[in-house]
Amino acid sequence: MLTLDGVHAGYGPIAALRGVSLEVGEGRLVALLGANGAGKSTTLLTVMGVLKPSRGTIRLAGESLVGLAPEAIVRKGVAMVPENREIFPALTVEQNLRLGAFVRYDRVRFRHDLDEMVALFPVLGERLTQPAGTLSGGQQQQLAIARALMSRPRILMLDEPSLGLAPRLVEQVFALIARLRAEGRTILLVEQNVTRTLDIVDYAYLMNMGEIEAAGTPEDIRRRVDVASVYLGGQRAEAAP
Amino acid sequence: MSDLFRFAFDVANLGSLYALMALGLVLVYGILRLVNFAYGELIMIAGYTLYLLNKSPLPWLVMALCALIAATLASVATERIAFRPVREKSLTAMLITSFAVSTLFQNAALLFISPRARVVPLPDLFSQSVTIAGELYQLRDILGIVVAVAMLVLFTTLLNRTVLGIALRAAADNFRMTRMLGVPANLVISTAFAISGFLAGVVALFWLGRTASVTPTIGLEPLIVAFVAVVVGGINSLLGAVVGGYVLALMTVGINSFLPQALVDYRQAFTFALVILILLVRPEGLVRAR
Repeated sequence: MLTLDGVHAGYGPIAALRGVSLEVGEGRLVALLGANGAGKSTTLLTVMGVLKPSRGTIRLAGESLVGLAPEAIVRKGVAMVPENREIFPALTVEQNLRLGAFVRYDRVRFRHDLDEMVALFPVLGERLTQPAGTLSGGQQQQLAIARALMSRPRILMLDEPSLGLAPRLVEQVFALIARLRAEGRTILLVEQNVTRTLDIVDYAYLMNMGEIEAAGTPEDIRRRVDVASVYLGGQRAEAAP
Repeated sequence: MSDLFRFAFDVANLGSLYALMALGLVLVYGILRLVNFAYGELIMIAGYTLYLLNKSPLPWLVMALCALIAATLASVATERIAFRPVREKSLTAMLITSFAVSTLFQNAALLFISPRARVVPLPDLFSQSVTIAGELYQLRDILGIVVAVAMLVLFTTLLNRTVLGIALRAAADNFRMTRMLGVPANLVISTAFAISGFLAGVVALFWLGRTASVTPTIGLEPLIVAFVAVVVGGINSLLGAVVGGYVLALMTVGINSFLPQALVDYRQAFTFALVILILLVRPEGLVRAR
């Protein structure tokens, strides 16, 4: 479904991605792991077209995404839940969801999809007319995911959905992702919570300092890589520049 | 009692005008972080459209409609021609471009029309007045309040009920995320400029209605007023713009009414001293975003 091949990208002269290649097959849940500053979020932002790759190719079902504006990439079928959720706090829950459906907006289908999301996230259904800023952190995360799903994406990208949540809510988020995977959705999951992530994914990539350091099934990764070193690697990466 | 009503009326009248101006300015600022210094010239363009149509046999309402369309088109056109090419470059480039556009429009008016004031046609209604409870009120002022409130209601409905309106609010809050939901940047920006231009056109009808004339530099004062209102109200909030407009009007009318005769010449100084005071206490403006 989504293929990155030798992608280089960065912020101005600073190279954040140095030849990243990865693949997310249809219906698969793939993780991109690594410490802070490894380039995980940058990878997602580059797929979304927020950052332009200086080299390499990005394809969705064989079609190149390179050079397209973010809004065009969404239309192609990519949806993203960014780090920190970035919901619109002043808008109501329902308005947030309407924006999620912007690329395929019509009233009838919106009602239908809204009902579907309410079934998936009952707590949002109770709060449709409340400003999204009044939701708790866990509820905001649910809203961010629901908002992304409203575009009926071919691939969903989640950037650290467990970040900043209480342990009980972290469990909920991982259970939700496992459920979305069971529904047959294609997901690229960026996480720092390595142990927990490896429990639910089909395949994982390890990133360090803008490069893919290792890749494999969760069993492979557990066998070959000392999980703690993922964090240590990140510390090296942070100390480097 | 009637003094108090008169005071409230004057504040409502001036504040409505200020609020519309500020709204037009903050709408574009919210999305692009650009203070559009060419905003005042849109008022000027609406004014000259009225002037140029003065000799035509068209009824005034049609002329006014043409002026609104001219201001809206000019606003959208400046975005397309001047701002869009430099949008990706830097904020400073856009800011300087807005000064350039402003100067260009002013000089075009100087060159092709005249540096001297030109008469703007007004409907008879504007010069009539009514007596309510022994006080004389200009119909123009009453109409100004009604139209402004209607615009605010219309605008609020648009921003709350339509998908494009919701997208505008979202873009003003977090433009990058809005684009990552598939909302086209150009659509949102063009819409913001169109509404901004339309509001400038509405303001023009009433602003010019006071003097019945238009000059090349007529846009400067409303621009400054709008800018101050926006800063006082809170530049990151649409509600702030409206609040700022009415608060600035309250200050202006208050100072005009209560300042001793000897100090009336310094009323601007008093107004701005109050503005500084507000900003010292609330640097973000009266209405904070979120």
